[in-house]
This record gives sequence, C-alpha cells and structure tokens, in this order.
Amino acid sequence: MVTDTAILEAVGEVADPEVPVLTIADLGVLRGVRHEGDEVVVTITPTYSGCPAMDVIRHEVELTLNSLGVDGRVETVLSPAWTTDWMSESGKAKLVEYGIAPPTGRGAVFLSLTVRCPLCGSPDTTELSRFGSTSCKSLWRCNACREPFDHFKAL
Amino acid sequence: MNDLFVYTLRLGDDALIAAQRTAEWIAAAPQLEEDVALGNIGLDQLGQARSLLQYAGQVEGADRSEDDLAYFRDERDFLNLQLCELPNGDFAHAMARLLYFATYQHLLYEELRGCADEMLAGVAGKAVKEVAYHVDHATQWVLRLGDGTEESHRRMQAGLDALWPYTAEMFESDDLVRRLAVAVDPSTLQAEWERRVMAVIDESTCSRPVASYQHSGGRTGRHTEHLGYLLAELQHVARSHPGATW
Repeated sequence: MVTDTAILEAVGEVADPEVPVLTIADLGVLRGVRHEGDEVVVTITPTYSGCPAMDVIRHEVELTLNSLGVDGRVETVLSPAWTTDWMSESGKAKLVEYGIAPPTGRGAVFLSLTVRCPLCGSPDTTELSRFGSTSCKSLWRCNACREPFDHFKAL
Repeated sequence: MNDLFVYTLRLGDDALIAAQRTAEWIAAAPQLEEDVALGNIGLDQLGQARSLLQYAGQVEGADRSEDDLAYFRDERDFLNLQLCELPNGDFAHAMARLLYFATYQHLLYEELRGCADEMLAGVAGKAVKEVAYHVDHATQWVLRLGDGTEESHRRMQAGLDALWPYTAEMFESDDLVRRLAVAVDPSTLQAEWERRVMAVIDESTCSRPVASYQHSGGRTGRHTEHLGYLLAELQHVARSHPGATW
C-alpha cells in the first residue's frame, strides 16, 4: 500500500513543461490526493483557464501513478482559484536562478511594483508587454544590463 | 430545455466565439508583442469556453462533450452575442470590441463567482482575474489610439462607433435569466458597464458613440451572416474527420 504522502511526493516531482525548473508542487498546481473506493484521485488546478500545459501535466501525473502501481485518476479543480500565493518560496528562488523574475505581491495587480532583473539584480527595469511567452508571464527589459527577461505575473 | 444548460451554453459560446476571433489576430497584429498578447488573451477565452462547455455537457446529461458542443452544432444552435462573431476589422475595431466585451465579462464574472452553483462560481472566480488583464490591455490601447495621431484617433472612433450598435444585446434580460436563480440578470450590469466604458472613451478624447438602432438575436440563435463562415473554419477539420485524434 502506497501512502498518500508517498503519492504526493512522487507526483509533486512532475515538472511544468513550460517552466521545467518548477515542479507542480513548487507551483501549487498540485492540490491533493483523496480516495474514492479503491481509486486514488489526484487533484490539480490550472494557473490560467487556458493553460495548455495542463494536458501534459495530467498525463505525467497518470504515468507517475502507474509507475507507483497505484490505480488512480487525475481531476482538475478550479476552486479555490489558483493565485501566485500558492507558489512555494523555494519555487520562487528556482525561478530567479532560471532567469525569470518571480511574482511580487498580489491583490493590486496593476500597481507597478519594482521587478528586479533576475540576471543582474537591478531594480531599474521596464515592462515591455503585459503578456509574455506563456499565459503566466509578462515581458520585461532591464535598463541596467539591457537584457530582456520574463516575469511571472502576480495573479 | 434545461435552463442551466442554456445559460451555461450562452456564456460558453460567448467565450468560444470571442476566442476564435481573437486567435485570428495571431501573426496579423501590428507588432510582435501584440501577437503574443492577443494569443494569450484568446487562450484565456478558450480556457473559459472549455470549462463552460464541458459543464454544459454535464448539465444537459445527453453525453455531449465540450468538443461535441463546439464542433457539431450548427449556427442556429449557437447562443453567443453577435458582438463576438463580427469580423475583426482593423486593430482599433479589435480593441473597441475587447473593451466592450471584457468589461462586460468582468462585471458578469464578478457577480457570478458568488452564485450558488459551485461549478459556475469556480469558472467565474478563475476567469475574473484573467479578464481584468484583458480590460486593462484594451483600455491602454483605446487611450493610446484615441489620443494619438489624427489617423489613429479617426480609426479608434470608427471602431467604437461601428460596434456600439451591438452592445445593448449584452444587457438584455429574458425569462430564463429571471427564472434561473444562479444566473446573473445582465440588465443589472449595464449602468456600471456604461460608467466604466464611457470613462475610457472620454479619456481617449473620442466622442461617446450613439446608435439609433441596436441589434439583437444571438441569445436565441439568430446571428449575422458572419457566424456561418466562422464556424466553417472552426468546425471543418472535426467534421471532415469525425473522431480523429492526434
């Protein structure tokens, strides 16, 4: 019998296909595990409604369950809605290392907080576009080192 | 037909048809950043459509999937607003439509996220934050174009004027929304919608649009001629190769 903790640990290691440095546990996309009779149900939640990574994540979680010998399925839940608060502190640190500025506060979505350049650390940066390479990111440029970079948007 | 099914279909069809039109901008927008932005906005709309149509299928209980509802219904079965199906026109038209539609969706989802139907409330709670970005994006462009050059001002005004006669349909109330407890009666959103949209139009230096006639009919399946062409493109592959997977 595989324990819930072992299941969560194993499926939590599934990587986000679009930001492979993050696992779904880091992102807060993994919500939990429950039992329905003999079946294990793993629940995940999308960052954005249309996030195309969800299909891949669902498939990877199913493969992980199979490899554990667990009879289970994956369920997508929308509520409570995901926010960047679900992202772990270690996840945010991994993002910076990967060259993506992590989300800064939430709530005041359109308040311009300083986004630090993940490459040189300068706070002197400019937003180029509120929409970036994936739904969850915006595009910025550092005025100090002149490098463009992605910022994980606060949601 | 089941009221909840029809209501969910209305919301889902709005999102699906809007997503299809938005996606048409990809690789055709005036700059690369805008291709990316509209691609993301279309993806948000498509994601909302998928959740809503999937739920509509469950509510109906006739074993229809989100794909069945998107690909295997005909024009008269679609219940979207005519505003969503109109051809794109130029970029100013697109931003006028996004301002009108996203502001409406934002007000609607804000109300709907507190409704007693757990699934609709969940979709709305998720979507409201995405749509806030859409409103902001449209607002920035309407201000920039309206308060820009003589030519950009002329085009922004033309876009706002051309789509105005399709805005009243968003706020039409009918027996169904009055009967269905979880539905938001859209007529309750109109005053706040006008206040928000007019504030943007005023600031953009454009004049407030007026219309002597307002179109209507989408909610009962009466559409402009444009929806048929849109569906032909949207549904072609699924209908030519039914059951295909890839």
